[in-house]
Amino acid sequence: MSAGAKRVEQLDRVVIRFAGDSGDGMQLTGDRFTSETAQLGNDISTLPNFPAEIRAPAGTLPGVSSFQVHFADYDILTPGDEPNVLVAMNPAALKANLADLPSGADIIVNTDEFTKRNLAKVGYAVSPLEDGSLADFAVHPVALTSMTVGALAELGVAKKDGERAKNMFALGLLSWMYSRPFESTLRFLETKFAKRPDLVAANKAAFQAGWNFGETTESFTVRYEVKPARMKPGTYRNITGNQALALGLVAASVRSKLPLFLGAYPITPASDILHELSKHKKFGITTVQAEDEIAAIGAAVGASYGGALGVTTTSGPGVALKGETISLAIALELPLVIVDVQRAGPSTGMPTKTEQADLNMALFGRHGEAPLSVIAPKSPSDCFHAAIEAARIALKYRTPVILLSDNYVANGSEPWLLPSADELPDISVEFTTEPNGDDGRFLPYLRDPETMARPWAIPGTAGLEHRIGGLEKADKTGDISYDPANHEFMVRTRAARIEAIEVPDVEVEDADENARVLVLGWGSTYGPIGAACRALRQRGLPIAQAHLRHLAPLPANLGEVLAAYEKVVIPEMNLGQLAHVIRAKYLVDVVPFNQVSGLPFTAATLENMLEDVVKNG
Amino acid sequence: MASPTIPITPVKLTAKDFKSDQEVRWCPGCGDYSILAAMQRFMPELGIARENIVFVSGIGCSSRFPYYMNTYGMHSIHGRAPAIATGLSVSRPDLSVWVVTGDGDALSIGGNHLIHALRRNVNLKILLFNNRIYGLTKGQYSPTSELGKITKSTPAGSADSPFNPISLALGAEATFVARTIDSDAKHLQSVMRAAAEHQGSAFVEIYQNCNIFNDGAFELIKDSGTRDDHLIRLEQGEPITFGADQQFSVTHPAGSFGLKVEAGGEALVHDATVDDPAYAFALSRLSGSDLNTTPIGVFRNVQRPSYDELITKQLVDAKAQADGTPEQMLDGLLAKADTWTIL
Repeated sequence: MSAGAKRVEQLDRVVIRFAGDSGDGMQLTGDRFTSETAQLGNDISTLPNFPAEIRAPAGTLPGVSSFQVHFADYDILTPGDEPNVLVAMNPAALKANLADLPSGADIIVNTDEFTKRNLAKVGYAVSPLEDGSLADFAVHPVALTSMTVGALAELGVAKKDGERAKNMFALGLLSWMYSRPFESTLRFLETKFAKRPDLVAANKAAFQAGWNFGETTESFTVRYEVKPARMKPGTYRNITGNQALALGLVAASVRSKLPLFLGAYPITPASDILHELSKHKKFGITTVQAEDEIAAIGAAVGASYGGALGVTTTSGPGVALKGETISLAIALELPLVIVDVQRAGPSTGMPTKTEQADLNMALFGRHGEAPLSVIAPKSPSDCFHAAIEAARIALKYRTPVILLSDNYVANGSEPWLLPSADELPDISVEFTTEPNGDDGRFLPYLRDPETMARPWAIPGTAGLEHRIGGLEKADKTGDISYDPANHEFMVRTRAARIEAIEVPDVEVEDADENARVLVLGWGSTYGPIGAACRALRQRGLPIAQAHLRHLAPLPANLGEVLAAYEKVVIPEMNLGQLAHVIRAKYLVDVVPFNQVSGLPFTAATLENMLEDVVKNG
Repeated sequence: MASPTIPITPVKLTAKDFKSDQEVRWCPGCGDYSILAAMQRFMPELGIARENIVFVSGIGCSSRFPYYMNTYGMHSIHGRAPAIATGLSVSRPDLSVWVVTGDGDALSIGGNHLIHALRRNVNLKILLFNNRIYGLTKGQYSPTSELGKITKSTPAGSADSPFNPISLALGAEATFVARTIDSDAKHLQSVMRAAAEHQGSAFVEIYQNCNIFNDGAFELIKDSGTRDDHLIRLEQGEPITFGADQQFSVTHPAGSFGLKVEAGGEALVHDATVDDPAYAFALSRLSGSDLNTTPIGVFRNVQRPSYDELITKQLVDAKAQADGTPEQMLDGLLAKADTWTIL
């Protein structure tokens, strides 16, 4: 595959969206293109978008699955607002995505799928390829399916198998167009189809046919290059939030020197964490796929009681079911990490779409006064570090910690500078092995004066036999107590000890230090907020950005930070849950900005909104 | 005795060693007292150090049990004890883990966890105190109350048929299933012993009298005047006969799926190790709400690998593949992807 003799243009950034039927392999295609792009050293951000149905009816709008990748020669923060290129594998994919395209965008369509029947399925009376309705775009009609089948016929590949390789043809074509290195894709195909050499050959041939088509056809006159981004030296990989979170939990186990125990029940979009952790038993990791969400967290509590790092992973509906057991862990004062990969609710909602609407549940969603620690990662790779931080707090302070990821960071990806395991924080803690009472007794609720944590004395430790439970306990002894003064003291102590958890101060990014408006975010909105702030600053509009990773307790300096600005804007993918908390706690009349579409904010949406606040107050 | 993964102590313990400093707060006359006393007397036999024994319970009168045992213990939440104990048992094969539960806790709110613990064959000893009533909430009917039971919540009589806990456990693929009675200390201890010796889940239903809300529920098989004609003692390898003069036999009529009680007749010889659970199930069907012919003893006692063993083996096999320090392996894992280096 040699480089073609076509004109080569330099671009600084490109956004490509691959869209097709759920069964067309668009996620895989996008994933491979991303990997090739990563190899080249561009900065990347990706956004998969797919229906909850595994195979919705073929060719229909609800069945459209897409994968967007944004890559650039500088560092980027979002998967991009508007695609410069749309690859549409059928009329449904075209129709579902057309509204997102800016005029002049390239559209590559698989003409083989533009049949009367398929057009009718999505309500096209006339083919949009023929009625002039796409005049604002650069349309490249490509007979993707038939050319793939044709290219594979000489290998003796059956028509059906040939058709299924059309995504590799598309990948080959796009790889040619953007001058991507393809070795990793060929290696990937060899591994993926290791047991089917015929499929390895067919997919490789389809990829090559796509590449060669780009080189030879007159439909594509230009090839593009995007130079590597200037990034910090080191070794990188591309990683999704769910992968990073799972690896962060492995790292937490290594750096705490405790066996990791995961209790989980399958749920979208969290199941990938269970899949990933179940592969790493050599680290001493046990994964139990429980009979339900309640059993999953119950088993994790049991394992924590026995001295493991207990973790349960789920999404919002699962957290709702786990509420009573989280309350138990709060009363028992045992370490526990609860991962909530948020999705759009209420009820089943939209399982594959994103939202940040579980913040209230995480902070308040339990009976009684039941405080715990809550933290949220800001990007896919940050999930790794946030998982370690969650484990650190859980272990050091003997408390449940809710880690609020969401579908956007969980399935999105970005390059990640690999840390060295030795440099990760040491989060080890010691079990109690000796009686701590004056008379040689063991007092399970006698607290460490510094951390207010109670001793962690695990079964198997002679002389420290004790009983704990969900009934109110007497201070120090842990015996059952209905004493009014004791309950008052214990409730206040549980609240105080969470408030006293040491968390880093929130940092403010205010390049020119002359901003009057602060935009405060939390979790996965970091990327689009950051991109919007950059755009405003480039246009000479000052704005300050602060982003919360710790939501309970809040950073000690937050009140001071909020007070330093005339206006505070809080964009959230919910109806104002953080805004409510900030108003109540700091009496600051924040400006909420809310979106609950199941999709992340675009940078442009936030830029427009913030521009208005900056200019008009 | 017990599991080979649980260390044995050379120290001779007594019943007193297993009494905690907590005041026992069941109603005077409650059947729970005799079960607690039998457990404290039996525990030293295990030869396991107190620190390696854990009692986990849910919610209900019976679930206060762990507070009174001087071992490790957790009084958890309603119905969830089998799930919590599963996490503990799987991650700590060196512990002897006991679950104490009741008919409401195990069969109503916690039914799902019970059946899944049994099918997985987690190495738990599950004691279900069945008093056929909700005691702690003051007298509502339970999933084992007889049809038509008049209680506070069913003034016109309950309309739902009860579970037969033994049948349920067998249906859930339990490997060890037994029944005993609170008032028969000797029998209680013999069943506890057999349960402790079993590798995997052991399910023990204990008929327990609630003298406040359901007094006399099991009188037919407790009263010395009636019990001989209604109580069937299952003994491994012995013909199944009962009655004051052993005049009744449990028989298997030709061509029938079930068992039958006959005067005279050729008595079946009891064998709890029969692989086909249909036999134990047929035995369990001899007793209904009326207790007219109630077998006690070990219904089923068969071997299959415990969940704990299987999970532990996977871990041990995987750990044998460890290559380097945990930190080195972690570095390797993080880089196990398409990577690129910026100089």
